Amino acid sequence: MLLEIRDLRTHYQIEKGTVKAVDGVSFSIGEDEVFGLAGESGCGKSTLIRTIMRLIPDSARVTADRLSFRSQDLLSLSDKEYREKILWKEISLVPQSAMASLNPVHRVGDQIVEAILAHSRMGRREAAQRARHLFEVVGLQAGLTKSYPHEFSGGMRQRAMIAMSLALDPSLIIMDEPTTGLDVLVQERILRKLAEIRQQVKKKKAILLITHDISVIAEMSDRIGIMYAGRLMESAPALDVFNEPYHPYTLGLKNAFPSIKAMDKELISIPGSPPNLIDDLPGCVFSARCPFAIPECDVRRPEFKEIKPKHFAACIRTDHVQEFRKLAGEKETWISSRSKG
Amino acid sequence: MRLDRVKDAVVGQIRIIARHKFGIFGAGIIVFFGLVSLFAPWIAPYDVWETINTAQGKPAILKPPSLEFPMGTTMMGRDILSQMIYATRTTFLIGLVAGLISIVIGANIGLLSGYYGGKLDEAMMRFTDIIYGMPFLPFLIVLIALFGRSIWFVILAICCLVWRTSARVIRAQTLSIRQRQFIQSAKARGCSDLRIIYGHILPNIMPLLLLYTAFNIAWSVLAEAGASFLGFSDPNNLSWGGMLYELWISGKIRTAWWWFAWPSICIVLLVSSLVFISRAYEEVANPRLKQR
Amino acid sequence: MDILEVEGLRKYFYLDPGFLAKLVTRKKPSVIKAVDGVTFSIRAGEILGIAGESGCGKSTTCTMITKLLDPTAGVIKYKGRDITTLNKQEVREYRKQVQIVFQDPYESLNPRFTVFDQVAEPLRALGVGDKVEVRERTLDTLELAGLVPEEYKDRYPHQMSGGERQRVGIASALVLSPELVIADEPVSMLDVSIRAGILDLIRDLSKRLHFTCIFVSHDLSILSNISERLMIMYLGKVVELGMIREVIANPLHPYAQALISAVPIPDPSYKRPRPNIKGEVSQPIDPPPGCRFHTRCPQGTMEKCELEDPPFKEIQPGHFAACHLY
Repeated sequence: MLLEIRDLRTHYQIEKGTVKAVDGVSFSIGEDEVFGLAGESGCGKSTLIRTIMRLIPDSARVTADRLSFRSQDLLSLSDKEYREKILWKEISLVPQSAMASLNPVHRVGDQIVEAILAHSRMGRREAAQRARHLFEVVGLQAGLTKSYPHEFSGGMRQRAMIAMSLALDPSLIIMDEPTTGLDVLVQERILRKLAEIRQQVKKKKAILLITHDISVIAEMSDRIGIMYAGRLMESAPALDVFNEPYHPYTLGLKNAFPSIKAMDKELISIPGSPPNLIDDLPGCVFSARCPFAIPECDVRRPEFKEIKPKHFAACIRTDHVQEFRKLAGEKETWISSRSKG
Repeated sequence: MRLDRVKDAVVGQIRIIARHKFGIFGAGIIVFFGLVSLFAPWIAPYDVWETINTAQGKPAILKPPSLEFPMGTTMMGRDILSQMIYATRTTFLIGLVAGLISIVIGANIGLLSGYYGGKLDEAMMRFTDIIYGMPFLPFLIVLIALFGRSIWFVILAICCLVWRTSARVIRAQTLSIRQRQFIQSAKARGCSDLRIIYGHILPNIMPLLLLYTAFNIAWSVLAEAGASFLGFSDPNNLSWGGMLYELWISGKIRTAWWWFAWPSICIVLLVSSLVFISRAYEEVANPRLKQR
Repeated sequence: MDILEVEGLRKYFYLDPGFLAKLVTRKKPSVIKAVDGVTFSIRAGEILGIAGESGCGKSTTCTMITKLLDPTAGVIKYKGRDITTLNKQEVREYRKQVQIVFQDPYESLNPRFTVFDQVAEPLRALGVGDKVEVRERTLDTLELAGLVPEEYKDRYPHQMSGGERQRVGIASALVLSPELVIADEPVSMLDVSIRAGILDLIRDLSKRLHFTCIFVSHDLSILSNISERLMIMYLGKVVELGMIREVIANPLHPYAQALISAVPIPDPSYKRPRPNIKGEVSQPIDPPPGCRFHTRCPQGTMEKCELEDPPFKEIQPGHFAACHLY
């Protein structure tokens, strides 16, 4: 296992209380795997990334049963050690909104060179050459390293960010909403390029793909995790999540996204909104919006357990899943749910 | 309905000021001066120009502060405390009226200029630039010399100059708000230009507007003090600056410290409290403005 | 009956290179042909979807239909009347009939207005009804939009979620009982789990309140769920138009084919065909003559494609495309 996470929690202390941005996430990523983490706004996926990449403020408290990379405990490393050994070399990041991550007054190639120099012992010449090579890998002409960010289109910038993330040949690339805001055709080419890159490069690359776009996750991932209000609701191989989901939130999400291959499908919303992460939530975080919740769901926090081989879910009522799957497809189930629209 | 919304916005802002220590202090000073202005005739023991005689029958010239004259007396034997009280009224009045009129001028120029753009904006901003280029005090004196020295002309002269900063600032904010989608939406929903400017944009610039109201009043007070210190004030209405003028022409500025102290302190106090209020406002309001 | 007819609509933006540049390089001003000859019509009561990537002109077209922007050329006829020639009073009447729902729920509401004021404002601005009527209509519309009036009328935008705000936006568009509603990417900025609710709302209300809807989106999956007919735009021109099922099952224009095959499917077992399209989407600045798509067309180009603009014509009954292949 490349990355192993067990019961990771990131809490922020603010005036009004403690924000439990990440409150119990467990999953692992293998050497050559694409793990897609799906979740809507406010579910904690950004905080999760930042926790793994050590980009969170000092005031945040991080605890975990396990947070290890190639069996090395990440939490015990000092900031310096982390920066020298892990950051960019083993784990790199393609951040959301490429424009905001690129300095508008520096050439794109130079920014990649700086990143390489900061994290390795390469000389400037070597680094510049590597930058040009990386551009070609992602499908950009080598000469474009001399351009400025504003001269690139959205798709080109995103590819530049991917090039930067590949600079030191990491084993794990975290991609935060890699195609959000991009046009469909551009998105298609980038995803295709990514698949190509993974096949071509010598060293196997695992990807942690984070997005709210279920379709993109479906196409790219080997395994999928569903996150909600800071906790992981379900995680399983991609096909299983779509064909045999266990968690009511997953069931709800399935009905919520349209597809051109299923134009007759009746879309169903999940009424209500995610809970406030400051409040104390002793039971299941989804219980307020769950049509299948029973009183026990409000008080007992469901364990994230393995229901079938490699298939995990956090729900105490998984024994009724056959019934739930049927009911979830009907609109009335969700309308009469406990929360308001 | 629209007035309601403006009132709500103003009340909201006042509540913001009340939370800040400096704000309360500043507000307190202003209220104090305001009360003094209001009740002047009942508080002041003597008349402004009344020469008071001592027990010996001689005019009480240049007496330092004592039990009888808590703030001392002037060269002409007049009670400084009484003068201060009446002068408070004059200064406060000029500052308030000139400040308010100038913010109305500045806000409207800023709003109209920022909203309409084009030639109107060009014309108004070039005019503002010209006024901006004028050295404040000299030009103020020229205006007063032109219009006349009565209190209303002084106010008019001050109004002609003080509006310039607020116009620019409010125009800048109007420009940025004008781009926002809810203004597009208002247009699509059938709102006329004037309705958008005063009903939709104005409530959103309230914080800035109140800030600059405080500044404008402060600048007006300073303007008046400066001009009257140089002798350009209404001889019938004494102001704090006017008192300093009297002191200056008497030649006793080095000896009669009490005559100098009280007007000066009060000018500083009044202007500072206005600045405190705006500081309090900025510090407390800004994080809230970031709230989504 | 066609409630809206658009003929040869054009919007050009001229970029002035600047006095010095003009002197030195003798450069002519650049033209952005954001909308370049768009022709289509909408039947009363239908939901027309307009799809296209950024820069295709779909939003600009809508801005002209709502009269927030004046066209450079062309005609927009609402109920047979050319709207580019309306006087001030007639524009007010027009606004009572044609309304728009905006994309960004966080930016389309005035932060200082309560929900009630926001929804009542169109009525007040256009002088519709007295105080009592305004109140009644506002509260009724809030209810229609799925917001319990007593609960929401005094709230401010920052106290509401994205979905709730969008419902307020919809209410403020519908309070005038318009007959044509343009929805410009109304769900793009909302979470997936609440999009369905808003889509349902729009679909539902269009039937109940009898209004025609133009639904603009870059997301074909969303359009496939709500619209009846689909129009695809590329660089300022309409490339395909037809019943949505037909267009998605049998796209005629190479761009439409590429677009549809590029849409990701939420089904891991589905292997979709990969579109074979080269180049990047460009800006419609100083476009060369001929078909706008010929530089990227996977079908290869004939000489005609480089010289002549393909005519937009009916290839199959009710199915139009602009391509020299047909």
